[in-house]
Amino acid sequence: MEVGIVSYGAYVPRYRITPEEIGRVWGVNGKAMGKGLFINQKSVPSPDEDVVTIATEAARGMMARVPEVNPEDIGCVYVGSESHPYAVKPTSTIVAEAIGATPAMTAADLEFACKAGTAGIQMCMGLVGSGMVKYGVAIGADTSQGAPGDALEYSASAGGAAYLIGSEDLIAVINKTLSFTTDTPDFWRREGQEYPSHGGRFTGEPAYFRHITSAARMMMEAQGTTPDDYDYAVFHQPNGKFPTRVAAQLGFTNEQITQGLLTPEIGNTYSGAVPLGLASVLDVAKPGDRIFVTSYGSGAGSDAFDITVTDRISSYKREKAKTLAQVMENTVQLDYAKYALYKNKILMPE
Amino acid sequence: MASIAKEWREIPGRYNLEGSKCPVCGKVYFPKRGICPECRRESLGKMEDYSVSREGEVYSFSIVHEAPAFTSKLKPYAVVMVRTTDGIMISGQLVDVNLEDVRIGMPVRAVLRRISDDGPSGVIHYGYKFVPN
Repeated sequence: MEVGIVSYGAYVPRYRITPEEIGRVWGVNGKAMGKGLFINQKSVPSPDEDVVTIATEAARGMMARVPEVNPEDIGCVYVGSESHPYAVKPTSTIVAEAIGATPAMTAADLEFACKAGTAGIQMCMGLVGSGMVKYGVAIGADTSQGAPGDALEYSASAGGAAYLIGSEDLIAVINKTLSFTTDTPDFWRREGQEYPSHGGRFTGEPAYFRHITSAARMMMEAQGTTPDDYDYAVFHQPNGKFPTRVAAQLGFTNEQITQGLLTPEIGNTYSGAVPLGLASVLDVAKPGDRIFVTSYGSGAGSDAFDITVTDRISSYKREKAKTLAQVMENTVQLDYAKYALYKNKILMPE
Repeated sequence: MASIAKEWREIPGRYNLEGSKCPVCGKVYFPKRGICPECRRESLGKMEDYSVSREGEVYSFSIVHEAPAFTSKLKPYAVVMVRTTDGIMISGQLVDVNLEDVRIGMPVRAVLRRISDDGPSGVIHYGYKFVPN
C-alpha cells in the first residue's frame, strides 16, 4: 500500500528578535554570533501562543486544504514537541478537539528533542499502512527555550507544521523511511528544569553530523539513489550552518537545500524545524519532484524520508491556507525587554 | 479559580465556535442555547448544533488600556465585535495587529489562543481570539 502526505499546514508566530539585539544585552557581539550561526533573526511566540495554539493553527491550515476529508476519519493525532504546555495532560487531545477529530481516535504527545514531529509521521505511516486508521495526523511544534545568555538563546524559536498521512489522494508519496538511533547525550533537559543543557561542541560531530549522515547514507543505499536524484533536500536546522555543512558532506548542493532552509529567518523551531522545511518545499513543489528529508533529535536519532510529489499537487487546494512565504510576511521586531516579557523571563508579582 | 467542569462544557464553543440553531425559525445563537427565546416551547429539545464561520469582519472595536492580569502582557490591545460571514455577532480580542490598522470592516478570522489559566499549576484555558485575515 502506498502511504504518504494527503495535506499539510504550517505556522510561525509573527514576532522576531535579532542576534544583535540579544547580544547587546549580554555584552556579546551578536552580529558575529548571528553570522557564525547563519541566523539573521528568530521567531518569538506571543504571550497567548504555545505549542497547543501553534499546532492547532498548523492543523487547521492542513484541514482547510482538504475540505473533502471528514475530520472524523482521523484515527490518530500525535504532537511532537519538547515544550508541551503541560508536563501531564496531552497537547494532542486539545488539537484533536480543535480540528473536530475526537472522540473515535487515539492520541499521544511525543518527545524526542528536535525529531518528535518526524517520529509522529513514521507512527502515522505504520498505522495507515497496516489499515488500522484511515488518516493520521502528525505535528511537530515547539516554543523552544534557551537559557538567558546561553548560545541557544540566539536560535531557540517557535513554529510548527502538521501533516495528514493517508493512503489515498496523496500529494506526495513517502517511498521509504528509516532511522539511525543511538544513546548519545548531546542535549537534554531534566524533569523540572526550566532550560535545557547541552554538550557544547559535542552536539556537532558525534551527534548531529554522525546521525544525519548515517541515516541519509542508509537511505540512499536502500533506494539506490544519489543526491543528484533529488530536487530538494531538507535537513534538521538547529542553525543555518549545520544543515549547509551536512548537505555538502553528503554531496547535496545549496540549490537543493535553500527552499527548505528556514532557520536563517525564523531560528531553530526544534520539533517544528524539519516539518516546516518540508512544508516550505511542498509550497512550491511540482509533480514528479523528489524530496530527501533527514531530521535529527538529540539523544539521539535521525529519521530519513524519500518522498515523491504526485500529480495531485496540481489540483490540491494549497491556497486555502497561507503558504510559509505568506506566514512569514508582516513580522514585528521586538527589543530584548519586550522579548523578556513575552517569554516570561520577568519575575512578576503573585 | 474557574470551575473545571464549567470550562470543559464550554470547549465546543470556545474552540470551534459551536453554537445552536433553532429548527423552527432558523435563528442561530452563539454561545449555544437550549431553547430559542423567540419560539420557546416549540424549540424545546430540538435545538441543533451549528458551527459558526470562523471568518468575518470587524463591526465595532475598542482599545483596552487597563487589562486584567491574564492579558496585561498584551496591553494595549483591541477588543472587537465581529460579524461572521454567516451573520453572527461575536466579540473577542483582536491580536497580531498594529492598533493603528484596526478599522470597522477589517477582515478577520478566529484562531485558538491561550485565554487564561488557573495559576502556574492550574488548568490552561484556550479559546478563540481574532487575527487579521
